[in-house]
Amino acid sequence: MLIVERDVRLGGILNQCIHNGFGLHTFKEELTGPEYAARYISQVEELGVPYRLSTIVTDLQLADDGHTKTVTTMDEQGGLTIYEADAVILAMGCRERARGALNIPGERPAGIYTAGTAQYFVNLEGRMPGREVVILGSGDIGLIMARRMTLEGAHVKLVAELQPYSGGLKRNIVQCLDDYGIPLMLSHTVVKIHGDKRLTGVTIAEVDDKLNPIPGSEQYYECDTLLLSCGLLPENELSGQLGVNLSPVTSGAVVNESLETSIPGVFSCGNVLHVHDLVDYVSEEAGAAGAHAAAYIQAGAGSGSGPEEAKVRVVTDGGVRYSVPSILRPDHMSDLTTIRFRVGAVYKDVDVVTYADGRELSRLHKRIMAPGEMEQLILKKADLISQGVPAEYHITIESKN
Amino acid sequence: MEHKELICINCPMGCMLSVDIDDSGEMTVTGNNCPRGDVYARKELTDPTRIVTSIVNVTNGELPVVSVKTKEDIPKDKIDEIIKELKGVTVEAPVLIGETVLKDAAGTGVDVIATKNIRRI
Repeated sequence: MLIVERDVRLGGILNQCIHNGFGLHTFKEELTGPEYAARYISQVEELGVPYRLSTIVTDLQLADDGHTKTVTTMDEQGGLTIYEADAVILAMGCRERARGALNIPGERPAGIYTAGTAQYFVNLEGRMPGREVVILGSGDIGLIMARRMTLEGAHVKLVAELQPYSGGLKRNIVQCLDDYGIPLMLSHTVVKIHGDKRLTGVTIAEVDDKLNPIPGSEQYYECDTLLLSCGLLPENELSGQLGVNLSPVTSGAVVNESLETSIPGVFSCGNVLHVHDLVDYVSEEAGAAGAHAAAYIQAGAGSGSGPEEAKVRVVTDGGVRYSVPSILRPDHMSDLTTIRFRVGAVYKDVDVVTYADGRELSRLHKRIMAPGEMEQLILKKADLISQGVPAEYHITIESKN
Repeated sequence: MEHKELICINCPMGCMLSVDIDDSGEMTVTGNNCPRGDVYARKELTDPTRIVTSIVNVTNGELPVVSVKTKEDIPKDKIDEIIKELKGVTVEAPVLIGETVLKDAAGTGVDVIATKNIRRI
């Protein structure tokens, strides 16, 4: 076994997430990101799990025998190592959507950062990216950075969100914006960037229900810093190289109940599979992927499911954007399977309903569901196959009225 | 009878809490999925508190700063004062998780502790 880490230390993004709120589900106490990571790092050290730091995987291929995975790594000294593995767990996390992906017109001055880059500067290097700040996008990192920059003495003028709802968790709006009197302007976006060498200001406009800027609603805000918190993208370049099937909705791998991708023995978990809001669920998913990978190796690599094995397709609609997993193999399912999903809009007082080939399996009432918050339900295998293996397991949203 | 709506900030669930306060001041909390929500609502309406997280400078460390937090939650109106006090704190590496970096922050009786291990270089 080997953990390959690109950074100079274990723990990933948690090291710069110095705010609290991590681990309530797992450790029953409220930890900061670095503390949460440290718990797992000490487990790795105690168990003697080998790891390599400052090392990147440059290539991931399936060998000619059809089941050996060839992993090529490059380290700081320029050393190339090729590993052969029976199982690979993809846990590369995700990347922030940067300015180039947002098509904001205007100049290209200094002072425009993703919220995560600003977080790195402030929390790991002790440097401030600027003083007068506008934040575009209300993702969690943006909200957290609104508070962080304020505490460090910056003036955060506003958070503009293109959608009519926030992309972040409700608790973060309360404790990061409301606590500090920072306005959240929903249905607003940046339409122009001003400044030549350094950012001098942005023009913000209201958008209509098709997300197009409304002429005449433009307002100019002077600022030296623009932080972008406009979504995260799973970092799946290597998965693509390997030939793993990716979902167009999540940009993560298509996985079955064992978190196994379309290539047997290749598993995926965490933010590279789909973007999470709760680290506890990331860890839980990672633990499950690890257990399934171990089971795969113990069963003899290459002994995966045959093409004749029964598979249930997970179908989502009615506002449910996707589910993880999206394929269920009853022969490999344990008694309970966690199904995670997100909705595409804000829903109030609705039922999440599941069906097996049209037969209702469960109905769960929800007071509120929002795109920024991941939902989950627990599927009992016995319920799913009580009347034979269905072709489809269907998750949808129904309103009482 | 008074009615208040709150969002619980104890964890990312963000439960929507409804609080009914009767004429004698007795509160009834609904909408919470765990007991912490009940405690939070009562506290938020009478004596709001927060955990404060920030960084302090480190000398001779692998990083120039170390992340810190108040060991317990502190009154919300003390946040600014604590942040200001932390600006004047410098610690010497190595730093260990849980190590006290500031005692009795802003007179709250609560210590500020390190939340990251920093190696000495």
